[in-house]
Amino acid sequence: MEAFDILLTASFWAAAIRIASPLIFATMGELICERAGVLNLGIEGIMTAGAFAGWFTVYLGFDLWTGVMIAALTGAAFGLLHGVLTVPLGLSQHVIGIGITLLATSLTYFTYRLLLPEVSSPPKIEAFQPLAIPGLSEIPILGPALFEQTPLTYLAFVSVAVVAWVLYRTPAGVAVRAVGENPSAVEAQGISVSAVRIGAVMAGSALMAIGGAFLTMSAFNSFFFEMINGRGWIAIALVVFGSWRPGKALIGAILFAAFDAYQVRLQQLTGGVIPYQVFLMMPYILSIAALVLVARRVAYPKALMVPYQKGER
Amino acid sequence: MRLEPRAASSLTRSLSLTVLALAAALVFASLLVMAAGANPLTVFWLVAKGAAGSQFAALETLTRATPLIFTGLAVAVAFRAKLWNIGAEAQLYMGAVMTVVIGTGAVTIPAYGLIPLIMMAAMLAGALVLLGPALLKTRFGVDEVVTTLLLNFIVILFVSLLLEGPLKDPTGLGWPQSEKVIAEAKLPRLIKGKRLHFGFVLALVAAGIIWFIMKKTVLGYEMRAVGHNAEAARFAGIPVNRVLAKTALLSGGLAALAGFSEVAGLKGNLTLDLSPGYGYTGIVVAMLAMLHPLGVVIAAIFVAGIFVGADAMSRSANVPSYIAQVMVASALLAMVTAMMLMRYRIRWR
Repeated sequence: MEAFDILLTASFWAAAIRIASPLIFATMGELICERAGVLNLGIEGIMTAGAFAGWFTVYLGFDLWTGVMIAALTGAAFGLLHGVLTVPLGLSQHVIGIGITLLATSLTYFTYRLLLPEVSSPPKIEAFQPLAIPGLSEIPILGPALFEQTPLTYLAFVSVAVVAWVLYRTPAGVAVRAVGENPSAVEAQGISVSAVRIGAVMAGSALMAIGGAFLTMSAFNSFFFEMINGRGWIAIALVVFGSWRPGKALIGAILFAAFDAYQVRLQQLTGGVIPYQVFLMMPYILSIAALVLVARRVAYPKALMVPYQKGER
Repeated sequence: MRLEPRAASSLTRSLSLTVLALAAALVFASLLVMAAGANPLTVFWLVAKGAAGSQFAALETLTRATPLIFTGLAVAVAFRAKLWNIGAEAQLYMGAVMTVVIGTGAVTIPAYGLIPLIMMAAMLAGALVLLGPALLKTRFGVDEVVTTLLLNFIVILFVSLLLEGPLKDPTGLGWPQSEKVIAEAKLPRLIKGKRLHFGFVLALVAAGIIWFIMKKTVLGYEMRAVGHNAEAARFAGIPVNRVLAKTALLSGGLAALAGFSEVAGLKGNLTLDLSPGYGYTGIVVAMLAMLHPLGVVIAAIFVAGIFVGADAMSRSANVPSYIAQVMVASALLAMVTAMMLMRYRIRWR
């Protein structure tokens, strides 16, 4: 009974939304890339780089939103590299993606050690603080869960709406979806497939980087090695789970985060009878289970992972 | 801009592109070294000296190359069939787990029986870890990239659970570590008093066997056919799913041997820091070797040299040793680009 009561507390849902926030950014980022036909396995490294870039900018004395901007630009820069190598040069998206993750991660760690050689424990910054939305935060359970979060969490939800609106309601979004389904038709319209794809990968990578920055600037207030801890890979699973639709992916991310928040509380409740590692494994096992569950009926973007060459069909 | 297939591949072009790619990675690293306020030439000299400047350095490089040869082979085999095994890290740890499960006294038979037994068990464990994602791919169409990546996290937590539970060393003062393997389960050192062990020889033998399988057997032919074009292979009557399953068993088994050889040859016991990402570095090794089994040996020694050399360098120069990872990652990206340019020319218009 106690295990069920957890689900009715506001603090549980507030935690779930907080845990979901970086995943929402990352999932939207990956979704844009894949909708344009590019699998971006650089996500884990790009999130690492974003986490560091945003945090370090603030550490240097700039304000928090400048930090978010710098994180986004850092992500876009790695996205540009990923895009150039996989789109016009048509290199393996698997290999380049893993390469970008290794490069972004090692560059981040190198830079961290270079800029902060002496520190044993990473310095802290003044992170984003929760911002209660007047009126809405008064609603029982839902209020504290949804409307007493940090500005970056609100931005995560806004990003879903923006991504959905752009993808389905604007010419740019139509172009992105089209290069992921039928690139030669786009080229026939006089639009450059390469430009659209590279642009989508850059925009997506910027979102991933903000997802990383959420961890150092909102969830915590400093940068740790290996702090992304597979969140990027989970975002990739969430994109599949959400059948490449922003709304469904958002629901997937929240469900996943709720489960994650639940296992932490269940762990405390069971009081060490079950080894804690079993609980920590659950999110990863759940991701795999979710993939198996939806695998039969997913419709991949038709041109996902298919390089496009002008004049070829 | 468009890519045009080249009519013939030329050895000179391949070699010069390889050199160019590695040079590009070196130039990029130089910029970072200069940002750190050091002289690139001095730093690279220190890296080279640290990697091969003395008998100690050279042996250390070969020791570090041993697990990378195994994981590099694992990745090369899988990627050849376009089975994207990004989970060599998990398979490595499962191999290590089997090594301590059997090797710490559960079975006491002479070394010539015990070591092959452990190797078989380790390979089986690693093979099964990859067979899961391979079956999910062929049966349900689940992308193996994500499943193998996620399994890395699951397996490392599983190892942590074992090391704090059933495999915990009672004399380990509370550290999460296993007991040491018994003498009969240890791989001998190649030179008395040095760290280089028999695992290196096993790695070379494995590379030879994999080369033979890939080049001279039906399975090798089928794996290449599936990797080249799965649809065409299926049309030609090749049982694609069965070939992928076999590839997974072979690849997972090879990665597990990395874990076996690190425990039985070098460390003696299992800890959570057994592998500093050898599974992921295996991807770089395999790509630098252009997926060629014998090339894997050379690439693994090269990459190991960078790591060992950078460690030595960072002790004397004021440049973080992470420069090694940066060099290896940028070499990967440059090399993949060079490999494409060996087969295509870029036409600007």
